Formats: sequence, structure tokens, C-alpha cells
Amino acid sequence: MGLSSLTPVWGSPGLLLTIALYPALTLYPAKTLASTHRDYCVLGAGPAGLQMAYFLQRAGRDYTVFERAAEPGSFFTRYPRHRKLISINKRYTGRANAEFNLRHDWNSLLSHDPRLLFRHYSDAYFPDASDMVRYLGDFATRLGLSVLYNTTIAHVTLEKARQAWNGHYFILTDQRGQTYQCSVLLVATGLSVPNLVDFPGSEHVEGYESVSVDPKDFVGQNVLILGRGNSAFETSENILGVTNFIHMLSRSRVRLSWATHYVGDLRAINNGLLDTYQLKSLDGLLESDLADLAVVKDHKGKFHITLRFYVEEGNQSAEAITLPQDDSDNFAMRVAYDRVIRCLGWNFDFSIFNESLRLSSGGEFSKKYPLIKASYESKGSRGLFVLGTASHSVDYRKSAGGFIHGFRYTVRAVHRLLEHRHHGAAWPCTEHPITQLTSSILRRVNEASGLYQMFGVLADVVLLKENATAYEYLEEFPVQMVAQLEAITGRKARHGLFVVNMEYGRNFSGPDKDVFFYERSVGHTEDAWRSNFLHPVIYYYRHLPTEQDVRFRPAEWPLPRPTAIHHIVEDFLTDWTAPVNHILPLRRFLENCLDTDLRSFYAESCFLFALTRQKLPPFCQQGYLRTQGLVGTRSLRQHRVDSGLLQDYATAGKRAEDSGQWPGYQGPGDQPQAPGPLVQPLNSDREEL
Amino acid sequence: MMSFSFKVLRIGISFVIMCIVYKAAVNSLPELSPKQYFSTLQAGRTSLAYFYQADSSSNSIFLEELNKAVKPLQDYGISVAKVNCVKEEISRYCGKERDLMKAYLFRGNILLREFPTDTLFDVNAIIAHVLFALLFNEVKYITTLEDLQNIENALKGKANIAFSYVRAIGTPEHRAVMEAAFVYGNTYQFVLTTEIALLESIGLEDIEYAHLYFFHCKSVLDLTPQCRRTLMGQPLTTLNIHRFIKSMEAPLLTEVAEDPQQVSTVHLQLGLPLVFIVSQQATYEADRRTAEWVAWRLLGKAGVLLLLRDSLEVDIPQQANVVLKREEGMPVEFLVLHDVDLVISHIENNMDVEETGEDEDDDVEGPDMGIQDDEVAESVSRDRKRQLPLELILELTEETFNATVMASDSIVLFYAGWQAVSMAFLHSYTDLAVKLKGASTMLLTRINCADWPDTCNKQNVTEFPVVKMYKEGENPVSYSGMLGTEELLKFIQLNRISCPVNITSIQEAEEYLSGELYKDLIINSSVSALGLFSPTMTTAKERFTEAGKLLKGYVITGIYSEEDVSILSNKYTATLPALLLARHKEGKVESIPLANTHAQQMVQIITNALLETFPEITVENLPTYLRFQKPLLILFSDDSINPLYQKAVLAVVEEKHLDSVIPCWLNLKNTPVGRRILQAYFDVLPPLPLLVVVNLHSGGQVFAFPSDQAITEQNLLLWLKKLEAGLEHPITILPAQEWKPPLPAYNFLHMMDAAASQRPTGKDPECMKETDIQENNEEQHEDKSAVRKEPIKMRIKDWERSNVFKAEKSFRHDNKEL
Repeated sequence: MGLSSLTPVWGSPGLLLTIALYPALTLYPAKTLASTHRDYCVLGAGPAGLQMAYFLQRAGRDYTVFERAAEPGSFFTRYPRHRKLISINKRYTGRANAEFNLRHDWNSLLSHDPRLLFRHYSDAYFPDASDMVRYLGDFATRLGLSVLYNTTIAHVTLEKARQAWNGHYFILTDQRGQTYQCSVLLVATGLSVPNLVDFPGSEHVEGYESVSVDPKDFVGQNVLILGRGNSAFETSENILGVTNFIHMLSRSRVRLSWATHYVGDLRAINNGLLDTYQLKSLDGLLESDLADLAVVKDHKGKFHITLRFYVEEGNQSAEAITLPQDDSDNFAMRVAYDRVIRCLGWNFDFSIFNESLRLSSGGEFSKKYPLIKASYESKGSRGLFVLGTASHSVDYRKSAGGFIHGFRYTVRAVHRLLEHRHHGAAWPCTEHPITQLTSSILRRVNEASGLYQMFGVLADVVLLKENATAYEYLEEFPVQMVAQLEAITGRKARHGLFVVNMEYGRNFSGPDKDVFFYERSVGHTEDAWRSNFLHPVIYYYRHLPTEQDVRFRPAEWPLPRPTAIHHIVEDFLTDWTAPVNHILPLRRFLENCLDTDLRSFYAESCFLFALTRQKLPPFCQQGYLRTQGLVGTRSLRQHRVDSGLLQDYATAGKRAEDSGQWPGYQGPGDQPQAPGPLVQPLNSDREEL
Repeated sequence: MMSFSFKVLRIGISFVIMCIVYKAAVNSLPELSPKQYFSTLQAGRTSLAYFYQADSSSNSIFLEELNKAVKPLQDYGISVAKVNCVKEEISRYCGKERDLMKAYLFRGNILLREFPTDTLFDVNAIIAHVLFALLFNEVKYITTLEDLQNIENALKGKANIAFSYVRAIGTPEHRAVMEAAFVYGNTYQFVLTTEIALLESIGLEDIEYAHLYFFHCKSVLDLTPQCRRTLMGQPLTTLNIHRFIKSMEAPLLTEVAEDPQQVSTVHLQLGLPLVFIVSQQATYEADRRTAEWVAWRLLGKAGVLLLLRDSLEVDIPQQANVVLKREEGMPVEFLVLHDVDLVISHIENNMDVEETGEDEDDDVEGPDMGIQDDEVAESVSRDRKRQLPLELILELTEETFNATVMASDSIVLFYAGWQAVSMAFLHSYTDLAVKLKGASTMLLTRINCADWPDTCNKQNVTEFPVVKMYKEGENPVSYSGMLGTEELLKFIQLNRISCPVNITSIQEAEEYLSGELYKDLIINSSVSALGLFSPTMTTAKERFTEAGKLLKGYVITGIYSEEDVSILSNKYTATLPALLLARHKEGKVESIPLANTHAQQMVQIITNALLETFPEITVENLPTYLRFQKPLLILFSDDSINPLYQKAVLAVVEEKHLDSVIPCWLNLKNTPVGRRILQAYFDVLPPLPLLVVVNLHSGGQVFAFPSDQAITEQNLLLWLKKLEAGLEHPITILPAQEWKPPLPAYNFLHMMDAAASQRPTGKDPECMKETDIQENNEEQHEDKSAVRKEPIKMRIKDWERSNVFKAEKSFRHDNKEL
């Protein structure tokens, strides 16, 4: 607490500081009684905690980050054990656009300071973990974030209080017994408890967190690795060359990230063992449920794999336990192992949270993650948010919310939510005339990093104004919360909305999918809905979907069924700016949703329309009529004549009346009128045959 | 030419009307007793009756086909009925044996023909036979070459012949010929044969199952051994025969001397291309012969015209000798073809291509949504390969932006490289850079926001294009005028002086008011405004200064507040604080009192002063006059305005008779688009000048001043009074339609549903049928192809319909949850 008084939040210098320090330094025993209040308490100074601290700091909020270790990012001081991060550090993209470049920067946190980009911290494509520690340290100090180091929050409870923002305070108690009263609790503690599977003989198993990383310790050994994630493969990669063989055992089949498009699955950089397995070099993969397993240690200190069922049969000595090969002599794991290593990942640490918080694990990933809503708020207590890796239950195995390059955006979304909920600042947005809509959407799908990284989770929302003459553009809204959009953002969605999302093809990704099949890419705009690679999808809703709509949406759909949908055809360069194949179909879609004409016109055309029709297209209304018409140049005018678009409106006035179609100005796509069929009714002279 | 297209139109219209009738009428086969049936027969009305016995089982197929024929026969005014013979009474038409039932054709109660049911094997046969019986005189059936020659000889110089061969009576081709004969039977002699030998004898080699020849007999002399013949190349369908005959009716060769782009004949409406043979005075006779020869060869395949190059106003490429126009609205193609046969083969080959293209189009239906119809996007894209002299404009980046705009007075264009509108403006901006090269202290710069979004955001630029001016010590100003070279140039030049200018002596003030002080800037600002204040009027001065700043770049403003200000106020009879407005063109200075006027009001006063009483209306200035929401009185002139007319209008203005309208004039030379406006107002364009009143904002009526009257003060006054009294009729009313989407969009939702329904787990297609059946029935007439292939485009109403799936889907979902 004494240290925290030096932070800028308390930053009035001079006398006040001395007074504040005085009791802190002298009245140590009394300290436990005085509870410090913070509007926002952040648990953990890892990437997510620091990211939230940054936004709170910029907004001038009263906050503190509590960190157990003496520096930020302590997870990275030990993990990954072999020190190579698998998040890419792409330093060159050939583009100047900083927002676009974040699409390929998986390590940086968001800030206004361009020096705090990870590419300044490492040259390696797969950087070293200690660079991450250095980076996070710089991030905290350079931005002056208020972090309380060496403070282990041992216990968190709830205290009812009517005047509190959420009807209760969160009471944090640290290892020294100091308590902190918090209005909002932001848990960014990550996953810190190694996942243990309890089976007979599990005490013989070494854990990833403590196993030796020196290959010399594995020379000439038979190694069994339990687990099939990146840590398991990372471990095997390190010792592949010195062991007799490595067997890997896990419940489910291996999932390759390049097949699933999920960065948490096995990355190609770690998959050396797959290569040797498939090339018959003694290493191998096996599938079995670990809970049915038992490990038996023989008198030579070697490990035998058997089944829990056999072990539990009776009190037998190690040598007498039945082994599967006794019955089935070709049992795959019949060899004895020198080492068994457990690489089963981590779970969230629930232990510090009092039951009153009702922060439970649950759902499909029973132990791994705390149960939260799509707004990252705990289902159990209002005002408690889970950030960072621990919040990955929202998009587990789908998007990037468990990783820095994903949760830096979800943290921002949570912060925007809080700004509205507690400080009356509506979700930031820009308002534009409707003629800008195509451009607004195009701009975002071409550069926005949050949409790109958090595809299917964060989406942009376009809220239409009355009569669809203008709209508000909201960025990176947690799209599963769309039914509560008005309450969360403070914006009104009375007149329909568009949701701009990024998606892979529905049946493209999956552990057993061949993602390199021929004709996997779609080139024709009319087939855009079949696009497989990540591409923008725009949903149009005439009314804000209800919670029911969201809950009972069709399977595989990220959003409820819309009134209309548009896919921008996938692009090899992820550059969706082609005038005919990308922009034109998008405009047609928007036009048909809004039932208007969104084309742009030169001033001369607007002049003609102004004097020959009673209504003007929106572009002329919003530009030309406000003396901001687009004049154009002589050469452009010539192109216009050549293209036939100028010629065409020559006869517009009369033709529109004749054909009874929409106002003149027919496109060049107009087909010549097909001659009418031959038959005539027999009301003419023909009657007298 | 007009009359031809009119005919087509009429048939088209009657078809539409019939479609409506179809929908309304219930087309079913009435079942009557013989007594009932005969009581319904009316004199002159034709009807087909099938007499049958209800317990007979073998007639069900025939009844089905007969049912299908009801509707088409009704279109020809023929009613159809089935008559049940079992019901007590017996008619002689009922036949003796059960299976020997027949159909009978009556006119009134007179029996015309009886048909055994086996000759009426399907709907085509029924229609073909019935029409064949009715058109006995119009369609001659022949079996020998001699018959044909007799008919041909008899009709030489009198009428043309449509001679057709069909494999058998009752085939679909036969029906098509009969349907054509029903329409054209009065005009042409129809001749029909089923004898293949006859066809061989007139020299056709590869005989298919049906052919149609057109014999051009009407224009030949009796002595000619044979009429010229044209073989129809397309399969015999009603539509093809109609097109073919229409193209036969069109003049063989037309001479034109206008822009091929503007020429239109019936051929284009029939989907046939136009071939212009380019002719010159010197070779006219030979060209005409060639053209005639080509015309005969291409008869039925294309329209042929002789284009007289010498009397043509538009330029066509020097070498081109053939111009091809494929479709209405499509740009024409200029060809150089040195052999007449090449002309023929070029067209014939192209037709093949076109036909296969048509087949593909069937899948897509209607216009191609992939064609750019945004004129800005299209023109920018067409110009993309031209190198703009962008080196004249400094390109800024995130790093250089702040340093640059702080170091020197700069104009910055914020644009996005992929956005058509900002790229179009970049063209104007580079033109400006060329004009200003080395002549301005203002630095022209640009920043591509597609590369530097943060910088643009920091400057509050979130849409494109935006132009801002950065001057030392001042807040950046956004340019809000027209996005064009001239207008921006004016803005930059007027910004050279820092308005409002502080005038310090009487002499200087006079120079200012006379335009001497800023001689070079006066062309950019037709009015100079000078605020006069006594030194103590600080509030008024502040307000005026604010107004001057707001108008900076658009109007020159100055301020004078020396002790001797009364000299000026006396001279111009102004009460302080006052505003002097110097109109340089007219050399007038007027004064307006400014007591208790706010800055915004001052801005309004000064901007209104910029307006003229009888302005020349241009593309650039129209919006400023439209603001008043008043009708426009426009004088269209093909060059500078006649001073007499100007005088007349101004006289009416001065008498305050024109308060309710804004008088202006339009010079077609400066504003050529005015011609298109006139085309929209007048069916037939009277000679210029033309005076119209356009009521743009309430009702859209357009009134024309009578062209037989001279534009004088009296006539004009009289006319305006009549107008006001509602005694004049508008010549046209401007269309009030909303601007709807020009074309549909892809209905991806529909496609996704269709794909999902193909999978076994997909929705039950029955469900959709039940709910959609009503709409499907209605649609059948409009879009028969829908049966073949789902249309893949949508309008909003289609989406509504597709929402039917939604309810059903979520229902399934619910089940799963349970």
C-alpha cells in the first residue's frame, strides 16, 4: 500500500504525499484494519492484466494491479520450458498501415506508443520467452501502470453494500493480511495450476513444469509423454534426437492448427514427432483415456503401462499386476519406459475465490476455465470479469481469445463496457451519412486487426438511423451479446443493423479435414458464400435479435439467422478492395437491404437529376446539394462517356415513364426488351372467322 | 421505323394484359350435359367440345391434355368444354361405342370439324388442329411443287408468302406455324406442307424436321421466274417465327446520317444486331449496291444500314468501313473488313457466340449484376493505368505529417487509395497541382489513409475524401466546397489574404471597395464585404471578425474601424455598425445595418449577397439556388443570353412579380448537360431559346412558355399570371420515384438454404412447398424458368419469403434442446 501511494492516481505531490506515507510507514500493525478502496482491482500483471491497466489508466480510472511476483509476466519467466514462444513476431508485411500490421503481430499489447511494439524486442520469428518478460516489464514502466508487485492475493470474498456499483464489493486479502475493497474485480490470473490426472501410479509421472530440459538427461531412454498439446510436442521436440523412442498418449486425436485454424492446436513448428512417426522411425502416437490408465514401476525402476482396472483388482505386488500384454500380446505399450512425462496443460486457479463469488467452473471444459458470459462477466457475480487466457471458454478452440493477439481486443471490449456501465461513456462510435457505408465497412475489413484475430467473437456493428440516411459505426463488439447491445453500449438500435464479422468456411476447418484440397478457393462473387479462407461476412437484421434468437440460432452459425447475408469473396491477399469483385457486390447487398441507391455520381449527373426528377440519390443529396459535389476531370468524363454510363441517362426521363421501372438512369446491364409473344386475344376482327 | 417498334410494343402490351387476365380467370374445363352445352353456344363463337362417357377409363390422358389446352385456346377466343354423355339425355355426338368418343369443333351451333381423340394426342396437337381447321383459308396445305408454284405465281406483285414444312400435323412446330398464321395470316399467305420431297425439290439439302421460308413475292413482277426466298435459320417456335417475320417486314436497307450510337431500329428490339456500311459521297452508288447485297444475305440475322459519313456530325475512325451495334445502349464497334463475305461471316459467327451466350444467361436470368454501374468507380477504374503527375504533390506519412504541416502552410488531401470517389478527386487535385506549379506558397500534400489510419484519425478524418488547410498559428480548416479543380483553386487563392483584412485608411478602403486592392483575387469573389465600425464597437467588431473567418476562402471580407469611419458611412449612407457590399461586376456598393447582428446572421447576409438576381445557372452554382426551395424559371439559351430577354426578365423581377420563383438562365455551351434536361422536358424539342418554370420541390410540374410568343416583359408577365392562377398545363411532370437499388444482390441466404436442404439432414422440402404454394402459383407466369433453376438473386421481398425457413429451423433446434 505504501508503494501504491506513489502512483499517479494519488499523484498530488508535497504535503499530501507525506501525510499519506506517514501512517503507512509508522502504523504498520494498524494496517490490516484499514481497507483500501479501489474502483477497479486487476488480479495478475500478465499480458491481460497489463492491457486492462493500460485502458484504465488512459481513461483516468482508480485502479490497481496486484501481482504475486516482483515483475510482470512471471508465467513467461518459467514457461514455455524450452523458451521458444510459438506466437509469431512478423516484423515485415510490406504495409505501412499500423492497424493492419497488428494482424500479423501476435505478441504486442495495444497502446498508443509505437515503441511498445514487440518487433522492437526480438528479431526472431518465434521469439524467446525472456523477450516477452522484458517487453511486459517495459510496458508496465513506460506507461506508468499502477502495479502492486510482491502482493499475493490469497483470498477474495464478497461483501454486500447497497451503495456499491454492483450492490457488493469484492474484498481482497493479500499475504500480509492487508485488504482491498474493490467495486469491480478483473481477474487476469491466467491458467496457473498444472492439470493432473489421477490414476494409479501417477506419482511416478514427471510434470512438464519440472521435467529436465536438458536433452542429455534423456539419452538412450524410452519416453512416454502424456498429452497431445503444444507443450507435449515441445517437450518431445527437444529430446527427439537422443531418445530410443518417444510414445505420446492422449485421449483425443492430434489436432493440427493448420487444419483447425485454431492457434492453440498443434503448431507446425512443434510437430517433428509427427514427421518421424509417419516415417516409421520408432516414435509414435496412441489414443486412450488417461483416466483408465495405471503406471506400474518394476524393480529396475522401469515403468509399465497397465489399466486401472487391473491394478484395482487386489493388493498385488508390482510384479504381479496384470499387464494388458498378458492377454493381448501385441499391446502397443508393452515396452517398459524409462520416463513418463505429463504435459496436460493448466487449469484456472479457483482456490482463492470464496464461494460467495459463485465463480464456478462448469460447462464443457469442466475444470479448465471459470464460467463466464460472452461479455466476459462471471455468471455468478456481477462486476467480476475474467480476462486473458482464463477467459478462453468464450471461444475455446474457435478463435484467439486465449492468446495475446486475441485477448488484447476482448480486454478493450470489456473496458468499453465498463466505461458505459459506470461512467456514462457510451461505446465509442463514429457517425456518417449513409453514402459512406460501403467505404466504412471496406475500410474495417481491410485493416481492422480485432475483427481479424477475434473472428466470430468480436464484430463491428452498424446501427442505422431513422430512414437509413445515416448510421453509427461501433467497432469490435462481443457479438454473442448482440441482444443486449443497447444496454451494453448505450447506443440505440431501432432501425436495423448490420454486423460485420470474419469467418472461415463452415466445413473447411477441422482436425480431420483436408485443407489443401483442389479448388479450395472460390473466385467467383456469386460463390462467395462458399469461401473457405477467412473472409468478411455481413449480416443484416431489420430488428435487433433477441436473446432467444441468439440462443436458438442455427447450429454452426455465429449469429442468429439474419434478414439477409453477404459474403465478400475470399481473397488470397486478404485485400478486399477490388472494385468489381469485392466492392460492387457489397454495394448491391447494402442497397438492397436499405432499399436505396448507393452509387456515387459526378456533380454533372446530380445537376441533371436535380432538374429532371423530384428526388435525388443519397450521394447527390449528401454531397452535391451541400455544394460538395464531385466535379471530376476531363479525362474522367471521357471515360464515363466511353463506358456508356454518361450516355445512358440521356433518355432516362422518358424511359422511366414508359417502362414504369425505377427512376431512369439505367445501368448498362439492361437487357434489350424481349419482344412480346405472338398471341393476341380474340377481341379484334378475328372474331368473325 | 417508329411504326415498327410501335407494333412490337403493342403486342408486348397485349401480352402483359393477357397475363393479368390469366391470373384472374380460373382456367378449368367445365363439365356440362349435352343440353347445357348446346344452350351455351353463341353465334360466331367457336368452341371445342369433347363428348365422353364418365365411366370410360381410357380418356384420362386426353382429358389432361385437353385441360392444358383450355387456356391457350381461350386466348384465341375458343371455349372448351367436356360433355358428359351418360347423364340421361343422349346426343348424336355421343357416339355409339364407349371408346369411340370424339371432339367436335363448333362455330355457333354449326359443326365445323370432328376430331377422333387419337389425332389430338397432346396439347400441341389440339391447338394445331383447331387453329388449322379455323384458318383453313389463311393456311394453304399443299403436297406438290406444282401447288407451290401456282400459289407463288398468283401472288407475285401482291403478297409475300410464308412457306413452312413440318414433319407432321399436330407437332409443336405445326402449332407454332399455326399460331403465327393466326396473327399474320391476313398479311401473308401461309403455305404448309408435310411432304419432304417438296422441300428437296426446292433445293434444300440437309432437311430437318421443320423449316420456314419467306418468299418475297410482293415486290416482284409477274415475269420474274421465282420470288426471292429467305430461309429462317432458327428452330420453329412461335417467338422465333414472330421475330423472323418482323425482321422481314423491316426495310431492307435504311440510310442514316446520324451517330450510330443513337440509331435504333426494330432489329435491336428483336435482339438482332445492326450493321452500318460506311459510305462516302464519292462511292455512294457502289456502297449502296454492296449494302443491299449484304442486307439480303443478312436478312433475318441483322439490320443493315447505310451510314453516310460525309453528313455525319460525330467522328468515326478513318479506316472503319463497317460499324456494328450489338445492343441498345452498348458502345458500337468499328470494324475494318475488306471483303463483303467477311462482313457476313463476322455477323453470322457472332450470332453463334451470342446464342451460346444466351444459353448461359438462362441460368442467371436478367441483367448482369457484375457490371459496374457506378460512374465514378467505372471511370476511375478505366483510368487506372494512366500515370498521374503525383510527384507534384508531397506524399505525407505518419512520420512526416506533423513536421510538414507545422513547417509551412499546407493543403492536405486525405484519401483512401481504394476508394473511387477520393481517387476521382485526386485527379482534380493533381490538375490543381499542375496549375499551381511554382506559383503558390501553399504546399500541396496528400496522405493515403489506407496506409496511415492513425494519423488520419488524429486529424479527425474518418471518411474520404477530406481536404484541410493548415496555416501557421491557426486551427486547420476543412474545405467544404465543390470537389473540383477550379473551386479548390479559388479557395486556395482567397486564403492568401487573411480575412477579414484590416483596412487602415480611407484611401485603402476605397481601393478595397473598387476592387483595386485585391485586383488579382476579385475574379474569385464577385463581392467584397467591408464592415464599418466606430473604434468603440468591440462586440460588433468581434462578431464580424468571426463571420469573416467563417467565410474565409469563399468571400473577401475587410474591416474598417478608424476614427474617421464616419467619412465612409456618410458617403455610403450607412448607420454604424454597417456592412458595405461592393459588387464588382456591377460596380455598385450597397450598405446594410449590422446593429445587434450575430456572426451567423452576418455570414448569412454576406452569402445571400453573393447570389445574383438573374444568374447563369451552372453545375457548380445550382445547389446555392436550390436552397430556397422555390420553383426555377430557367431560360435555356444555346449561347450567351440575348440582352433583350435579359432585360425582359429583369424588368419583371424589378416589378417584384418574380418573388415566388428564382429566375435564371442556362447556357448550353457552358453546360451541355442542359440538353439532356430539355430532352426530359419536351417530347419534341422546339427551337431555342426556351423558357420554362420547373417546380422542383412541390409537384415536379414543368411549364413551358409558349414558343410562338416572343419573350417580352408583357408576354412573360401574362404567362406568369396565368401560371399562378393555375390556368397553364404542365408539359410534363418530373418523375417522383425514389432511388431504389439499381440491381438485385446475390441472395446468399437462399443459396445456403438450398445447399442445406440438399443434405439429408436438411429441412423437409414439403414444408416449404405448403407455405410457398400461393406465391409459386402466382410466379409461374412471370418466370417459367424458375422451375428449372432457382433464381439466385434477391430483392427484399424474397428475403421475407425465405424467412419461412427461420421459424421451422428454430423449431428443430428447440427439439434438440429438449
